[in-house]
Amino acid sequence: MKLSGRRKLVLAGPWLWLILFFLAPFALVVKISLAQAELGVPPYTPLLDAAGHIQASLANYALLFTDDLYLRAYWGSVRIAALATAFALLLGYPFAYAIARAPASRRSFYLLLAIAPFWTSFLVRIYAWMGLLRPGGLINTTLQSLGLIDAPLKLMNTEAAAVFGIVYAYLPFMVLPLYARLEKLDVSLLEAAADLGATPWRAFRAVTWPWSLPGVWAGCLLVFIPALGEFVIPELLGGPDTLMIGKVMWSEFFTNRDWPLSAAITVVLLVMLVAPIVAFQAAARRNEAA
Amino acid sequence: MKRVVLIAGLAFLYLPLLIVAIYSFNASRLVTVWAGFSTRWYGELFADQQILRAAGLSVIVAALSATVATGLGTAAGIALARFGRFKGRLALTGLLAAPLTMPEIVTGVSLLLLFVAMEQAFGFPARGIVTLVIAHATLGLPLVAVIVQARAGAQDRSLEEAAADLGAKPATVFWRIVLPLLMPAVASGWLLAFVLSFDDLVIASFVTGPQATTLPMVVFSAIRLGVSPKINALATLMLAATAVALVLAALLARRDSARQAIAQSTVGVK
Repeated sequence: MKLSGRRKLVLAGPWLWLILFFLAPFALVVKISLAQAELGVPPYTPLLDAAGHIQASLANYALLFTDDLYLRAYWGSVRIAALATAFALLLGYPFAYAIARAPASRRSFYLLLAIAPFWTSFLVRIYAWMGLLRPGGLINTTLQSLGLIDAPLKLMNTEAAAVFGIVYAYLPFMVLPLYARLEKLDVSLLEAAADLGATPWRAFRAVTWPWSLPGVWAGCLLVFIPALGEFVIPELLGGPDTLMIGKVMWSEFFTNRDWPLSAAITVVLLVMLVAPIVAFQAAARRNEAA
Repeated sequence: MKRVVLIAGLAFLYLPLLIVAIYSFNASRLVTVWAGFSTRWYGELFADQQILRAAGLSVIVAALSATVATGLGTAAGIALARFGRFKGRLALTGLLAAPLTMPEIVTGVSLLLLFVAMEQAFGFPARGIVTLVIAHATLGLPLVAVIVQARAGAQDRSLEEAAADLGAKPATVFWRIVLPLLMPAVASGWLLAFVLSFDDLVIASFVTGPQATTLPMVVFSAIRLGVSPKINALATLMLAATAVALVLAALLARRDSARQAIAQSTVGVK
């Protein structure tokens, strides 16, 4: 469809803004990942030297693939994000199902209740768990006063705490697409299955689960993608032993002030994200079309 | 059974936050020993100049960035809902979904590198309030767009048609009919964009300058050192403030379609 001049003007604002402040910066990240760190403002070497020769080097990428700190950090991110996604699905699925099967008049209210924590401060939510998990925290003191344990358990500063924190923080992302799908499930199919003698478990496997799969995929990707680059949760709950690429990138950037290396870390992270993001966009488009 | 799951799920989400709120009224400095009710930590909080300054900056940045995001996001939302299958629609939808799924460190570092390059080339913008506002507006834009698009798509068109039949020009129809009817969605989009900006730690840490420290940055450096009653008090106030903003946004978007849109936009955020 051809757009009138006025309509083109309406679209120009958002287009220009997103191209300038969202797309263009990625080109700069790639460019600076090819530079070297130096003392100065800005703290990286220019791409063209005084004589006009291009000064690009792949040294940062070579470092990423030879120093095993970075490889372990990428692997740590993948492992922790995948574990957290699996647990979020395990917890989020029954929760979304319960909301979707609640009386129709109350569903949107329950849904808002399930989503609302997402809108409360991210830091405050992680902070709440620090108070519960730390050695003198509520969980340990309660278990001790009940006589169940003698010494405080090491709950915080573990990889498990980081996984748990991600599950808690991103649970709304899992619940929402699952709910959207499960709410549209035709209940008469389940009744038919029961009439034909299927156990509830069999009916779930034959009817509910296949129907909910698009929601499962969307939810898993929505948890996995941001979790892969997560910094705050591993920093606050995971402690020094939890290695994730977001933490490494943060310290290269803010502590070592090595901007080019941070840029290279980011480029590799982006490359890892291409496949999940494309999959998510395709899933979203299918859902919109349906 | 379903009821048990529902209650367990909600308890899992809300109990930890409730405990923070309860302990913010604890008289003891020891955060887990209850020593009676006190508002002492709130008093200390309001005597802390650093926190007050940071909170002030965060409010200013959130209000400005939400306003920019609302202007651009409303335009995008209306275009997606009303312009039919125009060229580039698919690309725009994809581009709008992207900032919301990107890990924050990626958006943060790439925007910072852009601002540094711009400052070198044009001497503008200096890192601080301006760069914070631009970064947060970029986050908020897609959110507003999704909410406005849902409302504009679900809107009854008969009033617009009536106005056009009576000879109103398209511009008049837009300003007198379409936009006023969209106002609740626009307002709730603004509120949610405000909350998004007010909360952001990671992107703000990258793009800000030495003079501009936002509230989440202060909170982050405090909680890195451990749990403290003063931070409990601050956390409780932040929870209360977002609760008010959320209730307002939900009331504004009373209709189910818009409520679902708020929920759906949540998926997109982050």
